[in-house]
Amino acid sequence: MSQKTQLYNKHCEAGAKWVDFGGWQMPIHYGSLMEEHHAVRTVAGMFDVSHMTVIDFNGAEAESFLRFLLANDVVKLKNIGDALYSAMLNEAGGVIDDLIVYRVANGFRMVVNAGTRAKVLAWLTQQTQGKNLQWRHRDDLAILAVQGPEAIARLPDSIKAVAQGLKYFSAAWVDHWFVARTGYTGEQGVEIILPHTDIEVLWQDLLVAGVKPCGLGARDTLRLEAGMNLYGHEMDDTLSPLKANMGWTIAWQPEDRLFIGRSAIAERAQPTHQLVGLILQGRGVLRAEQVVKSATGQGVITSGTFSPTLEQSIALARLPLPLTHEVEVDIRGRWQSAQVVTPCFVRDGKQVHQPL
Amino acid sequence: MTAIPRELKYAASHEWIRVEEDGTAYIGITEHAQAAMGDLVYVELPDVEHEFAAGEEAGVVESVKAASDIYSPVSGEVLAVNEALEDAPELINSDPYGDGWIFRIRLSDTEELNDLLTADEYEEQLAEEDH
Repeated sequence: MSQKTQLYNKHCEAGAKWVDFGGWQMPIHYGSLMEEHHAVRTVAGMFDVSHMTVIDFNGAEAESFLRFLLANDVVKLKNIGDALYSAMLNEAGGVIDDLIVYRVANGFRMVVNAGTRAKVLAWLTQQTQGKNLQWRHRDDLAILAVQGPEAIARLPDSIKAVAQGLKYFSAAWVDHWFVARTGYTGEQGVEIILPHTDIEVLWQDLLVAGVKPCGLGARDTLRLEAGMNLYGHEMDDTLSPLKANMGWTIAWQPEDRLFIGRSAIAERAQPTHQLVGLILQGRGVLRAEQVVKSATGQGVITSGTFSPTLEQSIALARLPLPLTHEVEVDIRGRWQSAQVVTPCFVRDGKQVHQPL
Repeated sequence: MTAIPRELKYAASHEWIRVEEDGTAYIGITEHAQAAMGDLVYVELPDVEHEFAAGEEAGVVESVKAASDIYSPVSGEVLAVNEALEDAPELINSDPYGDGWIFRIRLSDTEELNDLLTADEYEEQLAEEDH
């Protein structure tokens, strides 16, 4: 039996078509993925992401533990509400999960993926043994992402002013609601973490304000246009974060900070492959796992789709170094030409990729 | 309710076929199939003059999310393909039984039509898939 979120009835009312995602029954779209995608790029859309996993940490050793657990360094979080993107690595330097961690008043809040929940909770149980800290999986909380150029303007008055005042990658409490200026679309917006009992009312208010319900389908096309990684596609337990363009999230300084996986990824720091963007030159659609051939070797597409914004097919692909300007992709036995570009296609509604 | 025109025959794999008086036939995918796929963004058409056996893979329709094979419901030679779909694959979404036709074939064995589903039978299949 798959789990349902608190918004199940609201999704039914909105005409949701369903998909199973990591053991959760989630909306894939509500009629047209394309319309939902464009709503986020031009106005505002909302996504129920309550299936994601919220974990709170507090106690004397919470900070030192997270500095050991995560490849990025939580000492960078100077102020309450500051947010950081990080990988959680295993001893071999593979990515257990990617996540956002926030500093909160008496500790830290972490949001990890839905599909990795059991694995992450087991890892935390193991790693926190004997540490002077408490941690709790907050399965009493729901998450709603509101994204788009008008997302913040359409928020309820109770949180609008606070949201407007937040810098990108920071968060603030409004009573029991945790409002974060983060997202997975490349647009302005917030992610609101709030008690289960409150989310239906927020959903309804936003619906009345003209914010369009969006499913996991549009979430995927939007994140891919924004060049953002998806766990299980661009990264997994076996791949170094350096092969997933996550080098910027590894805090190598200070040199004496020991974190799980550090020595393993340091040994493999000389890269052989790079994650890049691809734009298909002809017709067709790039898809994950298609083989890519360049003058310098063979690579693979990690995520591919038709881009509703650019109206052509785009992909993220792991290619051998040195890079070439053009590659060929095996689409059902036909080799088709694709251009190699920076792995970020759209930001704030505008095309941003550059040739590589 | 999804539209299932009475005068057409259907394949279990969600193609429809409309036989003309001259013994040729138009083939496309059903309204149910296009709705399940969502917004179509690409159609790989068969080659004109290609000879298909019944049930053979004849092309591909791709939505934003996924690719799905199209099968020829009958044996025969491809006489024409709907080139309008190259620039406007969404015609399959908006008019699956009309402007969204995919290819036209000359049937090599009209007996094969008896192996296909009637509108009633196709409707029953959809009802069963729902459960």
